[in-house]
Amino acid sequence: MGKTLFNKIWDAHVVEKIEDGPSVLYIDRHFIHEVTSPQAFKGIEKRGLSLFRPKQTIATADHNVPTLNQHLPIKDQLSKMQVDQLIENCEKHGVALYGLGHPYQGIVHVIGPELGITQPGMTIVCGDSHTSTHGAFGTIAFGIGTSEVEMVFASQCVLQTQPKTMRINIEGALQPGVVSKDIILYIIAKISASGATGYFVEYAGSTIRSLSMEARMTICNMSIEMGARGGMIAPDQVTFDYLKGRVYAPKGNAWEQKISEWKQLYSDADAVFDAELHIDASAIEPMITYGTNPGLGIPVQAHMPVLESIANEGERKNMEQALRYMDLQSGASLLGMPVQHVFIGSCTNSRIEDLRLVANLVKGRKKHDSVKVMIVPGSQQVAKQVHAEGLDKIFTEAGFQIRQAGCSACLGMNEDKVPAGEYCISTSNRNFEGRQGAGARTLLASPLTAAAAAITGVVTDVRELIK
Amino acid sequence: MQALKEIHSSFVPLPAENVDTDQIIPARFLKATTRDGFGKNLFRDWRYENDDETRPKADFVLNQPQFSGTILVAGKNFGCGSSREHAAWALLDYGFKAVVSSFFADIFKNNALNNGVLPVIVSESFLQKTFSLSPADALHIDVTAQTITIEKTGEQESFELNPYKKTCLLNGYDDIDFLISRKSAIEQFESAKA
Repeated sequence: MGKTLFNKIWDAHVVEKIEDGPSVLYIDRHFIHEVTSPQAFKGIEKRGLSLFRPKQTIATADHNVPTLNQHLPIKDQLSKMQVDQLIENCEKHGVALYGLGHPYQGIVHVIGPELGITQPGMTIVCGDSHTSTHGAFGTIAFGIGTSEVEMVFASQCVLQTQPKTMRINIEGALQPGVVSKDIILYIIAKISASGATGYFVEYAGSTIRSLSMEARMTICNMSIEMGARGGMIAPDQVTFDYLKGRVYAPKGNAWEQKISEWKQLYSDADAVFDAELHIDASAIEPMITYGTNPGLGIPVQAHMPVLESIANEGERKNMEQALRYMDLQSGASLLGMPVQHVFIGSCTNSRIEDLRLVANLVKGRKKHDSVKVMIVPGSQQVAKQVHAEGLDKIFTEAGFQIRQAGCSACLGMNEDKVPAGEYCISTSNRNFEGRQGAGARTLLASPLTAAAAAITGVVTDVRELIK
Repeated sequence: MQALKEIHSSFVPLPAENVDTDQIIPARFLKATTRDGFGKNLFRDWRYENDDETRPKADFVLNQPQFSGTILVAGKNFGCGSSREHAAWALLDYGFKAVVSSFFADIFKNNALNNGVLPVIVSESFLQKTFSLSPADALHIDVTAQTITIEKTGEQESFELNPYKKTCLLNGYDDIDFLISRKSAIEQFESAKA
């Protein structure tokens, strides 16, 4: 029997399997940021250890950083302390840091791929659930807790139980106005916020093959939102073309050799998955979430479910609480509903292609008076590219505010927050209660759908604007 | 890590499903650089009106004195979302030693176990039965036997626990000690790979 892509990479990284227990899994690359690493550094220091393989850990500051005036000291003292602590820890332990002020700084899941640190066949971890993003390159990449960060510091390994495998096949052409964010929101709405728990997902099929690396990253990024341990896509020419020439990509002969290794990274034709799902791409419409978990999403043209029609009591109560928090009516449509904020950014949708999509739609248009629009590039390099391509002009003319790289309004941790009770169409990944600030109400959507709302001030079917 | 052999306690019922780690501990409280003190912010925005500690929300279970104990019983898919281990630290710091649910998110489950907080997976029907008990009723969790029992009725279920993790819990061992002990195997693996 053939092997799945997941199993090929997993087997190549198992140092040993504990009898009746997890495996010792070797980690090729370890990303860290300021929020989930300080306790791990303290932990190894307390044990009197140094980092086992410091060169395999790469750091950046993203969660706590302001996205305006980054040249000034961070105003929030606790945030400043955490960022300062990261600088100190990285210096002390010999870890490369792309911190504030560095031309490579940015959201950890944006900079890893864009620097070419993320490469096919690798195992990658980070104390951050959206580490699944890196799976777009054909890697086993997953989020870990701080105790596990400490394990990697101490041994370059984590203890992991082998997950089950699921393949999601997506075939066919996408409708106009439908992008990769809609694909993943569609899948999560279909199988629920816990539908892939216990599984590692491989996305496959002609639709996936037709997507750019940026679009693939968006899909893998949100694997965790259906509970999956991670998501991955077999590398192909699109992957190789993206990586070629990047700062840390192999060069010369090493590149040629890597390419031939990477070409072996696919699921064999006779490989068997524990679960398999088939999706018709043409059935996917622009999506939007209305509830307080990413599984509560609908096509933007559809109506929210009618509470009374939900048979399962737990689900119904869950939905009731979500609608109460969001102040929305069961069975109603979201179309035409005013929003006060549009956030375009986060590790899901802050890459150059996302911003090009937005620019293309808003060019020559202006934002609606009643809405505040924030564009937050995922990294300094993306920001540089935005300027180089003149997209900043389009955004400024449209009345959008362009900010500096960071996690920004995705998680209500830094200065960028959505006020209580107000609605935000967001290209980020989570619509949990209070995620974008206490009391904030988040509607997740694609960069296109977010841009459409920026122009009209209300929830809009982007297809109306691209006719 | 503290060893954990058994728990005999009343419990705190939280029937909500899909309780995410942003609810368990909101991001604005993740700015600490130590593992301590997260308990006071556990379920912060469900616990207090407008982030004001002087205004507890009367309808939230942690503010209802009739419910107490070291076991939290929660609806399915507990701990979904962010990988923040702060969620496990907050539960532990507040005083919880176990969380009982019919389904846990993967990363949370690992984080909990790595801190000696036991995730106990029970059937949906056992979970619902537990929710219908009165506040004073106690649960008994036996780590060695891998069983959870409703004291009053004697109803019992077995729960899964990886034998390796079980040994760790019973003895208070942590994974880092184990991994450090495997260093030569790891070095061998590295040279074979190179």
